[in-house]
Amino acid sequence: MPETPAELSVSLWRGGAQGRYETYRVPRRDSQTVLDVVTYVQRHIDPTLSYRFACRVGMCGSCAMTVNGRPRWTCRTHVAKVAGSGRLEIGPLENLPVIKDLATDMAPFFEKWRDAKGTFAPSRTRADEMPRIRPDSPARIAADAAVECINCGVCYAACDTVRWNADYLGPAALNRAWTLVNDERDSGNAARLQAVAASGGCHACHSHQSCQEHCPLSLNPTASIAGLKRRAAAAYLKGELKP
Amino acid sequence: MNVRLYVWQRGTAALMAPLVAIHIAIIFYATRQGLSAADILSRTHGSVVWGAYYGLFVAAVSIHAAIGVRNVLAEWSPLSERHAGWLALLFGLALAALGARAVAAVVL
Amino acid sequence: MTIARHIKHRGDALWLAALIHRLSGLALAIFLPLHFLVLALALHHAVRLDAFLHWTDQPLVKLAEALLIFLLTVHLLGGLRVLVIENFDWHDGQKRLATLAATISAIVAFIFLVRVF
Repeated sequence: MPETPAELSVSLWRGGAQGRYETYRVPRRDSQTVLDVVTYVQRHIDPTLSYRFACRVGMCGSCAMTVNGRPRWTCRTHVAKVAGSGRLEIGPLENLPVIKDLATDMAPFFEKWRDAKGTFAPSRTRADEMPRIRPDSPARIAADAAVECINCGVCYAACDTVRWNADYLGPAALNRAWTLVNDERDSGNAARLQAVAASGGCHACHSHQSCQEHCPLSLNPTASIAGLKRRAAAAYLKGELKP
Repeated sequence: MNVRLYVWQRGTAALMAPLVAIHIAIIFYATRQGLSAADILSRTHGSVVWGAYYGLFVAAVSIHAAIGVRNVLAEWSPLSERHAGWLALLFGLALAALGARAVAAVVL
Repeated sequence: MTIARHIKHRGDALWLAALIHRLSGLALAIFLPLHFLVLALALHHAVRLDAFLHWTDQPLVKLAEALLIFLLTVHLLGGLRVLVIENFDWHDGQKRLATLAATISAIVAFIFLVRVF
């Protein structure tokens, strides 16, 4: 085991889009997470540091930042895993507007969820009986594989197709659309396939798999998007879609 | 890229996969003892099969490459998707014309 | 806009595979018009086509041809990998497949080079 340094050298992004990195010295602790490091700076060095977190246990999806060049959920990222050299560079997520310091404006990210028709469209009323969905049906298995997304934005920040194509809906929104395409109770698929088959939809994906590589929950948006590509292409060939 | 362009690009890709594999095999066969115009033309002149093969190849590659160029321009150049589309269309048409001329030259 | 000083995912194998696919496609798109122009010489100028083919005997040109063989093969195999991802059930091990595609392409190009020299 390499000896743990007593101190970390931590560069944090300060300011808006035109900001700069500032370096802080933070004591190294056992089982320290990257979020602990950021919190230490805010509590002990500079209370004006802005960042976002809520649950601290990997459920809420609000604490993602760029850590040494990769987007990560900071609350579940141990310093030991990413800062062997004792250095950390922490910035706001890429591909999103910076509000201040480590906080990004997530609005474009969620607007694309909406644009991908990522909301459930019910097909029955409360007066109807609950539909029975077999746990081992292929659609249910496909939906299950993609449904645990916590909306942290890590995949969105890791995706160069997002970076190169401002209209691209991105891995999270398309992954969400794929879960609904496979939801037998949903009635919104015509509009959903239309939305994801447009320019900037699923067919813009280059299968870089950066989303899968970085997803803290080990989801595979690339596979979800491939499913959407098939489904939308089939609908188009049957004349059900107008591109 | 919308679904229409996607279907054309991936469709031509699937069509060309065997064509390219055959093309590579021909390259290896044809270059076994150096290339000559007479060699090439003796294979292709008046051949309906080679005419169809190369004709199909040129048509598919013109569509496939034009859509690819469009996507690259839209993502990597300052051009808008619309302008990238027009430029790529011109490229595709030029490629198809040059390709058709080349096929005619070796087959007719 | 980029804030991170290093964007690490750009060294990842599958990101590089997509880059190679795009660059090989671009290179082939640039090469094709020239390829067609040369072949069209056969129409009226078989002598000039032969003169051109003679010109291609230079070692540097042969090297460039081997590079083209690599680009064509890697674009074919990389494209097949994408078609399989998009049209069949998901299979893990894409990094291995991408590496395999590049390796096979390099071998094919090398065999070409050995044969023409």
